[in-house]
Amino acid sequence: MLTVRGLNTEYPSQKGPAVKAAQDVTFEVPAGKFFTLLGPSGCGKTTTLRSIAGLERPVSGEIVVNGRVVFSSERKIFIPPNQRNFGMVFQSYAIWPHMTVFANAAFPLEVRKNKMSKSEIREKVMRVLSAVALEQYADREATKLSGGQQQRLALARALVMEPELLLLDEPLSNLDAKLRDRMRFELKRIQRELGITTIYVTHDQGEALALSHEIAVMNEGRIVQVGPPRTIYEHPRTKFVAEFIGTTNFIDGVVLGFDEPAGRWKVRTPAGDLLVSTDSALTPNMRVTVSIRPEDVELSDDATTSGSTENVTSGLVDQKVFLGDFVDFQVQIGDFMLLSRAHPSLRTPIGETIHVRMNPDKCVAIPEDSSARAAA
Amino acid sequence: MQVVGQASEAPDLKDHQPAVKTDPQWFIMGGVVSIVGWLALVPLGFLVWQSFRTPDTARKPAVWTLQNYWEAYSSSETLVLFMNSVQFAAGTAVLALVIGTALAWMTERTNTPLKPLFYALSIIPLIIPGILFVVSWIMLASPKIGIINLVLQGLFGTDTVYVDIYSMAGMIWVDGLHYAPIAFLLMTAAFRAMDPSLEESAMMSGASMFKIFWNITLKLAWPAVAASFLILFVRSIESFEVPALLGLPVGIQVFTSSIYDAIHSYPSNIGLAAAYAITLLIITMGGIYMQSRLTGQGGKYSTVTGKGFRPRTIDLGRWKYLTLGIFIVYALFVVVLPFLVLLWSSLQKFYSVPSMEALKNVSLNAYSTVINYPSVGTAVWNSFLLSIGSATTVMFLTAIVCWIVLRTKIPGRWILDNVASVPLVLPGLVMGLAIMVCYLTIGGGVYGTIWIMFIAYVTRFMPYGMRYNTTSMIQLHKELEESAAMSGASWFTSFRRVVLPLLKPGLLAGWIYIVIVSVRELSSSILLYSPGTEVVSIVIWEMWQNGQYVELSAFGVMLIATLFIFVMMAQWIGKRFGVKEA
Ligand SMILES: Nc1ncnc2c1ncn2[C@@H]1O[C@H](COP(=O)(O)OP(=O)(O)OP(=O)(O)O)[C@@H](O)[C@H]1O
Ligand SMILES: [Mg+2]
Repeated sequence: MLTVRGLNTEYPSQKGPAVKAAQDVTFEVPAGKFFTLLGPSGCGKTTTLRSIAGLERPVSGEIVVNGRVVFSSERKIFIPPNQRNFGMVFQSYAIWPHMTVFANAAFPLEVRKNKMSKSEIREKVMRVLSAVALEQYADREATKLSGGQQQRLALARALVMEPELLLLDEPLSNLDAKLRDRMRFELKRIQRELGITTIYVTHDQGEALALSHEIAVMNEGRIVQVGPPRTIYEHPRTKFVAEFIGTTNFIDGVVLGFDEPAGRWKVRTPAGDLLVSTDSALTPNMRVTVSIRPEDVELSDDATTSGSTENVTSGLVDQKVFLGDFVDFQVQIGDFMLLSRAHPSLRTPIGETIHVRMNPDKCVAIPEDSSARAAA
Repeated sequence: MQVVGQASEAPDLKDHQPAVKTDPQWFIMGGVVSIVGWLALVPLGFLVWQSFRTPDTARKPAVWTLQNYWEAYSSSETLVLFMNSVQFAAGTAVLALVIGTALAWMTERTNTPLKPLFYALSIIPLIIPGILFVVSWIMLASPKIGIINLVLQGLFGTDTVYVDIYSMAGMIWVDGLHYAPIAFLLMTAAFRAMDPSLEESAMMSGASMFKIFWNITLKLAWPAVAASFLILFVRSIESFEVPALLGLPVGIQVFTSSIYDAIHSYPSNIGLAAAYAITLLIITMGGIYMQSRLTGQGGKYSTVTGKGFRPRTIDLGRWKYLTLGIFIVYALFVVVLPFLVLLWSSLQKFYSVPSMEALKNVSLNAYSTVINYPSVGTAVWNSFLLSIGSATTVMFLTAIVCWIVLRTKIPGRWILDNVASVPLVLPGLVMGLAIMVCYLTIGGGVYGTIWIMFIAYVTRFMPYGMRYNTTSMIQLHKELEESAAMSGASWFTSFRRVVLPLLKPGLLAGWIYIVIVSVRELSSSILLYSPGTEVVSIVIWEMWQNGQYVELSAFGVMLIATLFIFVMMAQWIGKRFGVKEA
């Protein structure tokens, strides 16, 4: 539905070379899907979104929506933003302070080429306002809405034009945590009900994981990995992704060789020899980093409880932090500190020995140099 | 961080020039740019040309020369002239800015009592034509007939001269008071456009009232402060009435009065006047350059966002009586005393100092004389047409120019900003002269009609329109426009329905200001009017020259009253249709 190919966007700067804010960005979004651009501040998410919107003019690349080329540097096509029919919610909401709630939402219908009748507009606007639960505020001045209400109004204004594509730039970042959770579900519900293709920009990995069908993780202007939330979380292709997407253990090691009986590669690490899974081609003696998430490190008092014997070792409990639903353990294995998230029923005291099992499926080996590689 | 592989081709920038645009927006912009370019540059070209020419007399045709510059710069008086001008202009600008900012903050941000009344009062000086204000201060503070001196002398039984208006300090005092309302209007627009939550968050961090004003409000308003200082400095360095009426009698010369002298000497030396004007141009160009550097920082100062913008005021507690006191003193100096002295003199048959004796001679004679004065009716009608017409034209023209400068990425757009600000460097007298020379030379039939004055007014006040629009546009977050584009609005629609309405407070303030300065305009008109196209300031000037002080006072009182009613109506309309308070 949306295809972005080889997109490069630059900002001229007064001194020095232009800022390359988006570099070689390529991805595809099928119709009706919720696609998220995720990355740290300044990585070029907004730039990419604004390029799709037509608010920035990329220096090269191609953007195709529903078979319609809206931008192509090769064919010199640039459709201005007001003819693209994309809805957009800005980070600042950009609610027009001189209009009422109704007038804000009605604006896209009033300015379109094929005019609608007043009653038709009224009906559509009220329908979309009630979808975001603002119908009782229709005649209020837009500035007299709360933050959450303004956010919903911005969404309503983007939706009322029945856009081909919905672009959202950190729409929840200005809301408090509770409201953010609620709006997150609202967004997901509205998106699902309308089946509207959505591009969402955020730096909050929790939000991205909860909302998206697919996530593109960006760093320094480039996309480093694209995939469904689960894949991104469980099989980060680079160290950056693994770290950015959530807390993880990085264990540096050297590939020993392929372990035929287990059907896996074996890696020598400070936490012992580990069987790993990987997406990359490994060779013996290669330096790798093994990433395993704390919740995938299984702990027990008793060596016999776990069925499998793969990747089983033991260590000393160094620290414990009780966090309500779970307990974070820091386990010392040799010189290495391993972080583990366990069920509160595990009560091994500090200083005692504890048994550790790391499921080979969850131990992801990342070749060292790939942390720098942009994998589009 | 090491980059592996990824042979990305370097994109070639030159290949991606914007495709040819055919939208109507480009015609509108093109038209606006041409009009602005013509108005601002062509008369200036004639001025420069003139400065290199000898006088064109019946016996000797004009030839190229450097004599004018030699004459202007070889004289040792030029340094004195320069120092006087800078001292006068900087002093005036600082005085006006301090007063204007303080008043704007009090009316916009505090709960000082009687604010609405003082909003009206503090802009009255603006509607008093300069010449009337100077005349009234001469009546108040001249060493011989000044009422202040007479009262103090009577009180202490001496004949000491307490205040002398005929001095540099006197000139700065009168002009500074007179220009304070400009600073007030500019700063008011800036304070209105500023998100008060920024101040409130400072208050919550425990900052004192003074700290908030100094560290937050003023810092945020910095572009407006700098822009205002620039405007005031240039306004006062080209100010004509004060140096002419207060400086010349005691030999304090500044550039404008020297230019006036050069034109009015016999034979008039227009070339020399033009050479002086070029010096002024260089001084003010420096100011404009700094100004354009300042607004280039655009987004940093964007303080109006679409989010939670609710104007609120600070509770001053007991201090509000102090601010009230400041208002009262200000009003006394700028409004009450000057107006009363004019009113007094308008009720006399011959000018005399207030006394019991003179009180017996009170009459309304002067008023009936004025109403039957032959040119008054025409002048009032002409002034009305010219001020409304030029204010409206200027504000819309400059709104588009500002938008091009601040919002597009068209290369060289900063030149446009400077071009539209060029008239700022032309003193009214010289502007009138340049336009006269220009349209006499190229013809076109506008000379001798009211249109030449319309052209002069639009050109002259274009920079003020630019400043008002810039001040409010740099505070307008660009996402507000972008969301209109995303909604499918064309450039024209989003300009009309989003940009203009959001600029409305600034537009209205600028429009009011230009209407008023058009009515006061004297120095350009004096060279461009012809019988039938007189304006009110010309009538006042004629009365001053003829020594008809009481008639002048009567006409002044009526004029001030009319303008006052106009401003009150404009304010009321602004309140109803402008930004409403939460
Ligand atoms: N108008 C601009 N002019 C110059 N550089 C810019 C401009 N806008 C963004 N940049 C630069 O481009 C890079 C990418 O910016 P972008 O706004 O896309 O980041 P982002 O991923 O949206 O970050 P955030 O999460 O903080 O919003 C940054 O280094 C930024 O400094
Ligand atoms: Mg961003």
